[in-house]
Amino acid sequence: MDPKIKLSPELFQPYYDNDKDAEKISRPSISYWVDAWRRLKQNKLAMIGLVIIAILLILAIIGPYLNGFTYYEQDFSKKNLPPNMEHWFGTDSAGRDLFTRAWYGARISLFIGIMAATFDFIMGIIYGGFSGLKGGRIDTFMMRVAEILYSVPYLLMVILLMVVFGAGLWTMILAMTITGWIPMARLVRGQVLQLKEQEYVQAAHTMGAGSWWILKKHLIPNTMGPILVNITLTVPTAIFAEATLSFLGLGIPAPMASWGTMTSDALAAFLIGNVYQLFIPAFLISLTMFGFNVLGDGLRDALDPRLRK
Amino acid sequence: MKKRLLASLLGAVMLLSVGMTGCGQKATENTGTAQQTAEQTAATPKILRLNNQSEPGSLHPGKAQGTHDSWLIEHVMEGLTKKSPEGKVVEGMATAWTVSEDGTVYTFTLRDGVKWSNGDPMVAKDFEIAWKYLLNPKTASEYAYQCYYLANGEAFNASTETDDAKLKELEDAVGVKALDEKTLEVRLEAPTPYFLELLSFYTYYPVNHKVQEANPDWANDASTYVSNGPFIFTEWKHKESMKIVKNEEYYDKDKVKLNEIHFAMIEDENTAWQMYRNDELDMAYPLPQDVTAQLSAQKDPEFVIGAELATYFYRFNTTKKPFNNVNVRRALSMTIDRKTIVESVAQGGQTPAYTLTPYGIADVSGDFTQNTGELFKYDPTEAQKLLAQGLQEEGMDKMPNFVILYNTSEGHKKIAEAIQEMWRKDLGIQVTLENVEFQIKLDREDKLDFEVARSGWVGDYVDPMTFLDMFESTSQQNDTGWVNAEYDALIRAAKANLDLASRSQQLHDAEKILMSEMPIAPIYFYTAPYTLKPYVKDSYKPINRYTQFQYADIVK
Amino acid sequence: MLKYIGKRLVLAILTLWVVITVTFFLMHAIPGNPFAKEGTMPQGVYENLQRYYNLDKPLHVQYVMYLKALMRLDFGPSLKSSVITVNDYIKNGFPVSLHLGLQALAIALTFGLILGVIAALNHNKWPDYVSMIVAIVGISVPSFILATVLINFVAVEWKLLPVATWKTWKHTVLPSISLAMMPTAYIARLMRSSMLEVLGQDYIKTAKAKGLSQSVIVIKHAIRNAILPVVTVMGIVTANLVTGSFVIERIFGIPGMGEMFVKGIFNRDYPVILGSAVFYSGILIFLIFIVDISYSFIDPRIKLTGGGK
Repeated sequence: MDPKIKLSPELFQPYYDNDKDAEKISRPSISYWVDAWRRLKQNKLAMIGLVIIAILLILAIIGPYLNGFTYYEQDFSKKNLPPNMEHWFGTDSAGRDLFTRAWYGARISLFIGIMAATFDFIMGIIYGGFSGLKGGRIDTFMMRVAEILYSVPYLLMVILLMVVFGAGLWTMILAMTITGWIPMARLVRGQVLQLKEQEYVQAAHTMGAGSWWILKKHLIPNTMGPILVNITLTVPTAIFAEATLSFLGLGIPAPMASWGTMTSDALAAFLIGNVYQLFIPAFLISLTMFGFNVLGDGLRDALDPRLRK
Repeated sequence: MKKRLLASLLGAVMLLSVGMTGCGQKATENTGTAQQTAEQTAATPKILRLNNQSEPGSLHPGKAQGTHDSWLIEHVMEGLTKKSPEGKVVEGMATAWTVSEDGTVYTFTLRDGVKWSNGDPMVAKDFEIAWKYLLNPKTASEYAYQCYYLANGEAFNASTETDDAKLKELEDAVGVKALDEKTLEVRLEAPTPYFLELLSFYTYYPVNHKVQEANPDWANDASTYVSNGPFIFTEWKHKESMKIVKNEEYYDKDKVKLNEIHFAMIEDENTAWQMYRNDELDMAYPLPQDVTAQLSAQKDPEFVIGAELATYFYRFNTTKKPFNNVNVRRALSMTIDRKTIVESVAQGGQTPAYTLTPYGIADVSGDFTQNTGELFKYDPTEAQKLLAQGLQEEGMDKMPNFVILYNTSEGHKKIAEAIQEMWRKDLGIQVTLENVEFQIKLDREDKLDFEVARSGWVGDYVDPMTFLDMFESTSQQNDTGWVNAEYDALIRAAKANLDLASRSQQLHDAEKILMSEMPIAPIYFYTAPYTLKPYVKDSYKPINRYTQFQYADIVK
Repeated sequence: MLKYIGKRLVLAILTLWVVITVTFFLMHAIPGNPFAKEGTMPQGVYENLQRYYNLDKPLHVQYVMYLKALMRLDFGPSLKSSVITVNDYIKNGFPVSLHLGLQALAIALTFGLILGVIAALNHNKWPDYVSMIVAIVGISVPSFILATVLINFVAVEWKLLPVATWKTWKHTVLPSISLAMMPTAYIARLMRSSMLEVLGQDYIKTAKAKGLSQSVIVIKHAIRNAILPVVTVMGIVTANLVTGSFVIERIFGIPGMGEMFVKGIFNRDYPVILGSAVFYSGILIFLIFIVDISYSFIDPRIKLTGGGK
């Protein structure tokens, strides 16, 4: 700029008064999340999913007290009854009320499913995101560590965990997440490797944005689709993993029930024609999955900036 | 445009699936045709299809352990004695024997003209070599202790001697000797009333000594397998199937009607049951618990409740308060409604157990356990009094919470849940259930790290001793911390007793002590419920073996 | 590239060594013993067995012995069989598991990708919902239930296929389907979400604007850019499929190697535990390497070697 040119503040006054408002934002600023929620509300299917999940959660809380039975009381004169007026979901082979047991099981299964999904999500994003973003040696090292953890026999680790910490809900969740986050981390890392070479990320870099900023503002939102798919998948996996871990004595102690153990215990009942004993927990799990999936889809659409209308 | 996309994708699918089935066929072509030929000729030969459940660990009689190994061996081999379908001990490879007056020396005369499946004649040395191989510490046989009855058998087996010459000395001292080709002399460590019965057990089977010396691994392959029984081992597809065919050289071959027996290896009970329903198997054992219950309730004609020599029981840890108190233990045991457990939970035709030794063992006259009778009763009212008394003696005002430990299994869980409920309802006790993996349960029982633990025992031989000597204070199987000098003395006396009548009395007395002290709560006597196709005739189920098909027939 | 491959090979050996070491000491740290059983085992018999399998030696000696044997590719004996060694286990079992796994993989990839792509192209229309329902059932109904139900109806009731065992191609149909269900659903969901992401990108709009046909856009631009997350998860999914599923192989009586991973641990069969861990680890490392390499082919911008910046 030629220093000889004299510039005075008066030169920058708006010519018309109207122009004063040109840079003013007339509507209140809508943040990314508020906007996403607004668009989510418009998605009917996603709302159905939300309602289903809410109903399941409410029933998990009040369901066990609705018909006056307990999850442990046995009555051998009433065993293997199909659903009826007294026992809405029927009874099991010890004459216990399946309605009560199913909602008792919902507490455990939903809790485990959601906890496992949350931990996998956090661990996966941090580990995978960092590994992918840093790349090179750090990436190589971090991925080899994940490989090792994934290769050491899982059951061995679980048995050791149980011997060290004893059986319990948190030991079980630890057992589930100890390797559960690895597929998520690899997925995030793969996406980050691809996305970080995109022009907008490089632009952000050039403008001096920090790694975490880029990860948080650019990479994670843009890889939310696959992440959400993976999270919704973690829930049923965790519900059934609980049944597997029950086998090792890591699950909840009998006679308490969970959907996972109810399903695996009902396999033989299925063979002799007591199909409802298998159908009920399997249906509840599917319903939960339906809820989470449509909500997940809706969220994905709502979070995708390009679908903004 | 969309259509073209779909078409190309579909094309890809078809390509993929063609390639898939193509390679599927290729990989299984050989077995496929073998299967077909087997099916074509199946119209005439009588083929029985059994399920061995899992791959045998060894088919060498000296290294075999457990039913997955022994079922096939029992059909291809025969020992000095064998069990008749009626459960009597009868002549097998030996046609005659004499016993010395003190009951420790047996002399057997072998059957004439018996040949091994490779044509070699069977001689007395085949037994001597077999048993000495089994006892050799270098063989590391898990069932070697079954031959500890032989004089110096344990000394040889437990030796840590590394010097070959000295080891040979120990070997030569073992009480088995071929006097000539047809005469075998056996010396025992102590008189053993059930020794002839033991001889029918697979651990005491012979091996062809020439084959054993030339190729110690002969039992690892069907092509080198040499046997002396009603069938010959001809095919072993690892983890898949095994096949045995009739031995035309067998001395009793006229009584053997089946041409072949095929063993599948299906571990999953549900699957085995479905294969049985689908006519892919002729026998299903073990059955899923729910299926057993249904078949039993429907009185299904194909459903058989086989006899078993085994007891299901709960251990109390008598080193832990308040389980150290006999009244507390008795109270807990007396509140278990065994009839309900058997009829509504286990549902396999089991018998409620009010003593440890199961039915089916002969006493001096009659049945041992019939003679014992029921040593306690189901009586919750009396139990409440006993519990109160016991707790008072221990200075406790209420029964603390405790844990039932069991190894993971659907069946054990159901029983534990039922007992938990019975204790809660009748005694007002809060009990927690803890299931662990089998190995962990054994480890914790060993360390007495439990309060109440589920357990079971299958008799090694048909005598009360195999149950009662578990609770000697020195026994590794005691696992309850229970010590009773009088009991120990009775068991010791019975072990050395030659007089059957007074021996039986000592065992009865010991059992009474055990059941009044109640370090264990017996629950029921096992059964072996299975299904067998109606066209399979003349099989029989010995009390401590799987069902035997040596003389079975298929009549369609 | 060659240098990169060489580097990864060295790392692979290092990774395997760590896996062996961790597994070795882990398995000796948990309670239990390969020869423990309900009932008695005289001390003499026990010591003979310990000596026979060299378990009486100090742990570090056993460790060195194992590594030395492994150099000769000798995985040692199985403590539960005097007939077949761990090498035999793998030699007999792996081809079977591989065959089954590849068949399941083919099904999963084909149907998963088709369902995913169709769903994305018909976003929020009925093909999308159909694909989602199929996927939800696939995710919520675990393989052991699907297998049991398939056996009961297809084999026993309708007599279309045999129940179990491993003989002709007919015997492979039900286990393949049971095994493929979960990955099919996973791939379908992942592909759908990733495709949606890509279809909203500017270059797709550009391509459309330039008048390229839909099929060219989908195949050349969309699928190629969307397939990355699927490729990422294929590493772990394939490793798990080809090394056999314990549950499926057990239910269908298939002589694969899946049981090694579970029974080895329950039996405390030390050489089997180590052998299966080493073998699985080798397969996993190899497949993850393939995945990493394929990134550069799918998206040449992805750099694995250099630092990411």
